Order: sequence, then structure tokens, then C-alpha cells
Amino acid sequence: MNYLPNVLFAIALIVGVGYFTRNVKKLIRNIKLGHDVDVSDNTSQRWKNMTMIALGQSKMVSRPIAGFLHIIVYVGFVIINIEVLEIIIDGLIGSHRIFSSIGVLYGVLIGAFEILALLVFIAVIVFWIRRNIIKLNRFWKSEMTSWPKNDANYILYFEMVLMTLFLVMNATDVHFQTMNSGNFISQFIAPFFNGLSETALHTIERTAWWMHIIGILVFLNYLYFSKHLHILLAFPNTFYASLKPKGQFNNLEAVTKEVKMMMDATIYPATSPTDDTEMPAKFGASDVQDLNWVQLLNAYTCTECGRCTSECPANLTGKKLSPRKIMMDTRDRLEEVGKNIDANKGTFVDDGKQLLDNYITREELWACTSCNACVEACPVSINPLSIILDMRRFLVMEQSAAPVELNNMMTNIENNGAPWPYNQMDRINWKNE
Amino acid sequence: MSELLNVPTMADFMAQGKQPEVLFWVGCAGSFDDRAKKITKAFVKLLNKAQVEFAVLGTEESCTGDPAKRAGNEFLFQMQAVTNIEVMNAYEIKKIVTACPHCFNTLKNEYPQLGGNYEVMHHTEFLKSLLDEGRLTIEGGKFKGKRITFHDPCYLGRANNIYEAPRDLIIKLEAELVEMKNCKKTGLCCGAGGAQMFKDAEKGDKEVNIERTEQALDIKPEIIAAGCPFCNTMMTDGIKAKEKEGQITVMDIAELIANAQDL
Repeated sequence: MNYLPNVLFAIALIVGVGYFTRNVKKLIRNIKLGHDVDVSDNTSQRWKNMTMIALGQSKMVSRPIAGFLHIIVYVGFVIINIEVLEIIIDGLIGSHRIFSSIGVLYGVLIGAFEILALLVFIAVIVFWIRRNIIKLNRFWKSEMTSWPKNDANYILYFEMVLMTLFLVMNATDVHFQTMNSGNFISQFIAPFFNGLSETALHTIERTAWWMHIIGILVFLNYLYFSKHLHILLAFPNTFYASLKPKGQFNNLEAVTKEVKMMMDATIYPATSPTDDTEMPAKFGASDVQDLNWVQLLNAYTCTECGRCTSECPANLTGKKLSPRKIMMDTRDRLEEVGKNIDANKGTFVDDGKQLLDNYITREELWACTSCNACVEACPVSINPLSIILDMRRFLVMEQSAAPVELNNMMTNIENNGAPWPYNQMDRINWKNE
Repeated sequence: MSELLNVPTMADFMAQGKQPEVLFWVGCAGSFDDRAKKITKAFVKLLNKAQVEFAVLGTEESCTGDPAKRAGNEFLFQMQAVTNIEVMNAYEIKKIVTACPHCFNTLKNEYPQLGGNYEVMHHTEFLKSLLDEGRLTIEGGKFKGKRITFHDPCYLGRANNIYEAPRDLIIKLEAELVEMKNCKKTGLCCGAGGAQMFKDAEKGDKEVNIERTEQALDIKPEIIAAGCPFCNTMMTDGIKAKEKEGQITVMDIAELIANAQDL
């Protein structure tokens, strides 16, 4: 017996899964560059959110057309992967359609896969048309040029090819077509191959089979370099997303300590021996390491759908701010930092760049109205606003670089207890006016 | 009319050894902004009418720190918060009502961690509860049948998931409640939040309040109802810019209810 195909298959599998695992480790290391944040609260609600939002796609359907099409592709992706299990077993032990021995149920299963494959193919075509022919506004914003634009299309091509290969593989499988059970779609493709010799059919079937599984392995490894990581990260991301009301911004604990010290004359920094928490190196964020790991996970999870940007009041009125770009910039800078660490034997060497200014401009940060439309719009619970706020904090607390009018506002609050220059003693004058 | 307003301070209550039912947090806009002061007075009239024992902090009230926090000045925010909490805890405040969603959000969500634990209500929720308890009754009055749309304040709606209380009140006025293209969860910001109220907008091709005003004009309301003094200003400016002052007025929910009864 010839074991060459089995050995080749095993090698392809090991290389494919191995390289992916290596990149996943890198991904986890990069995410852990962020500050720690406590996400241990209310685990049951977190499971519920993950089940509803990621598994159940509950936020996708707020836009019915895209939501419906996405559910088809998502369900297709999940279900058709059962078929991959059979392919792997067949490939490793040299069997052919090992599950076909289960009888009628096999036909039902494969039949379902075939129908889904066709639906996925159609959905992906519609996605492609929306993106490239109809040119939906959100896919053509300024941050969606070059790689982000191509990436999105590559994914669609990948899916079209994979679905085609799956159906061709079934259509040219003489044994499977003779069974005539579950070939719902492929029976209509089979006639295209009429007249070919059995050997030729077998060659096409084998080629489609190999290309299908190799394609899946390549796609798996493509994920890390693509916005498509969301198919995995949507799950942890919806799990770890904030459970607090959207209006609640975190209170910086380091600031609380300083404020308490200032307000209470009995505490002096030098005479406070219990002071075990160090002051942070800086307030707010100017680079990715200043953010927390959930924010960095957010960045890798973003699939650049642009629902956030299409709801952003600043973006809608022509300002530079795009919440999607905030996430893309954060991810791109984090990748750059990760590569820097790889190149320098595990330590980050200052490259003279940072997230602020080199990626995200001040103009973008100051255009935000903190309205939470982007947070609400995100189908996978990403929070661009928290990054904007942390970067504003850096600008104001570390650089005193707020716009002049905001400095005036803050001076007024400091001196008069109101954002306008009115005396606090006049605060109840309205009563007698 | 103003001489009829009964506005006791916490200090007054303290002097009598009494505790009010609720603290009315007036807020900076409600105290100093000419337009917002009218909202404050309308709300006080309703409190007086419903015989609610309330008090204000008066000169002891200070900015919650919201605009400072959203501008990125966490120090200033926490200084304000700690000062306000000290005052309120000294008065043993349990319950607060405010007509400003920014104050509401900050007091409700960001003060507890700094030692300020209160039950905080937006004035629309509070008015709704007065109606539910029968302490206040309203009928359509002069707004019966009017086309009214409600502009959701970000810090009341998305930020705190309160969408129904203000709408219930409009419906109680027997008015025709109409919704803008963007409403409730997808409500469009007026452009003032996140400290934008205090600065010029970044370069763009439109002001946010104009965009929102156009959404309102699309559905031809007679009144745009607001629940936030800043939204009120932005929408009023938008209506002026569109030269629609003659046809459309911007009113706070509290004003609608007070005016319905000619208070």
C-alpha cells in the first residue's frame, strides 16, 4: 500500500495547525502587553452575553440584510466544518468518506452541507456586490484603502473558492453520486463532468479534495494577518466586554489616591508605609502598552465592518474621527510593537513611534462627543470610546495639551465650580429671577 | 410667578432638623444658563404642585466634574466628585433627582466608587413616578394632539438605557409622539457631549446639531422635546439656523408638563 498521501496529509496538517498555534501564542503575548483589568465580576452575565451576542449573533440583525446574510455564512461555516472532521480522518487513515457507513443520516448531513455551501456562496457574492458594486459608504471610508480593502475581498474569494471546491468534490465523486443520497446540489453540477473517464473524474475529485483541505489550512493561517480573526475573537471579546452602564467611565485609582492625599492633610506620601501600589508611569495612554488588555483584544477582534463609523456623529458630519480607524490603528501599532519585540529577542526597543500622533491624531480624539453610538453599534462589543478617553487623559494630564477652550472650561470648574465664569455664590440666583 | 417658587436649601432643612424626600441637583446649566434656568423653574413648579419635600444644595453645589472627566482631566473630576460627596454625605443625602443627564450619569455611575452612594433619578423618571403614585396628574391640556418628537440625550438613553420615561410623559399629554430616523438606541447625538459644548467642533462639513435638526425637520414636528439642557441649546440653535423658530419650538419635558397645566 502507498502511504505517501497519508504522510503528506499529516505533514500539511501539522504545518498548518503548528504555524497557526505559533501565531496564536504571539497574539496572546501581544494582548497581554496591556494593563491588567478586573473582569472577574458577574461570570453568569458574561456567559449570557457571549451566548447571545457572539454565538447567537443578536446584534448583527439590527441591520437586517447584512445580519441575515452574515448568519448564513456563520452557520454555514460552523456546520460545514463537521465535514472537515471526516476529511481529516480520511486523509490520515486513507479511508474514503468514512462516515458514509452511518447510512441515511450521512446523506442528510451532507445534503445539509451542500445546501449551506450554496447559500454561503450566494451570500458571499451578495457581500462582494455590496462592497464592490453598490459601494456601501461604510466600506469606502478613507481608512478602507489598500490592505483593509483587499483583505475584505480576499476573504470573500477564499470562501467562494472553498465552497466551489466542496461542491465539485462531491459532484465528481462517482461513489457518492451513485449513493444518490445527500447530493442535493452536486447532482446538478455532476452533468458538467459528463463524458469524462472515471480516471479523469477521480483526478478532479482528488484535486478538489486536496485543494479544499489545503485551502482551509491556508485560510486558518490567513486569519492572524487579517481582520477575519473576529470569527474566533468575537467569543472572548463579548465575554470580557464591560457590563457597566455605557455612560460609566472608569475612575482612575491612581488619581483617587492622589486626590485623597491632597484632600486629607494627615496623609503624607513619605509617611505612608502601606503605600504598596506605585504611581503609574503615566496617566492615560499614548501607546498600546498603556491600554488594558481588553482594549487590545478589542483591537484584534475588529473586523472593520464600519457600523461604528457609520453611526458616529463626528464622522457623519465630515470630521476626521472614525471609531473603526481607532481600532485599526490600535491593532496595527500593537502588531508593530509585537514585531519589534520579536526582532529584539523579547524586549521592546524604543522605535521613536507611538499610537498617539503616529497613528491617531489629536484632531480625531478631540472630535469625539462620547455619545456611545459606536459602542452600541458594534456587533461584537468593542469599545472605541474607552481608547479615545484614555488618550485624552494622556493629552490633558501628562501634556496639558487640551484645546484652549477646554482649558478655559476646566479653569472655570476649578475656580468657580462651573464650566462658565460664574461665581458659585450666585448658584441659586435663578430662584428670584 | 417666581415669587411663588418654594426652593428650600439643604441648610434650611438641616436648621429645622429635617430631611427632605429628595435632593434636587440643579447642575451648572440649570443654575446659570438662561434657557436652562427656565427648565429648572418649570421642574420646581411641578415639585411644588406635587408637594414634594425637596431641597437644593444652592451655593454648596458644585460642578459634578462630568465635562472635565470627558475632556480627560481625571484629577479635576475626582476633586469635584470628592468635594461634592463630602457635602452630600454630611447632609446624609439618600436620593437625588436632576434635570441634567450628564449630572445624572456621573452621580449615578461614577460617584459610588468614590464614596457617594445615592439613589439617582432623572427628572423624567421622577415625574413619571409622581404620576404613577397619583401625586401629580396631567391631562393633555394645550399639547393635546400636537406632533412632538423626543430627542434622546446620549447620557440618558444609550448611557443608561432610559428611553421610556420621557416618552410615557409625552403620551400622557395626549400628544402625537413621532420618532426621528435615529431614536432610542440609535439616537443621534446633539453634538454637545464629551465636553464638545465648551469648544468649537473640529473641521468637517457640517455641525452635528444641524444634522440632528434636519432629522427632526424630516418628520415635521411642532415641538422637539428634550431631556437635557445641553441638547436643548443645540437643538434650539439648530432650529434657529434652519429659520424654523416660527414653526417649531424646543422644550424640556418638564416645561411641557408644567405648561400643559399653565403652571
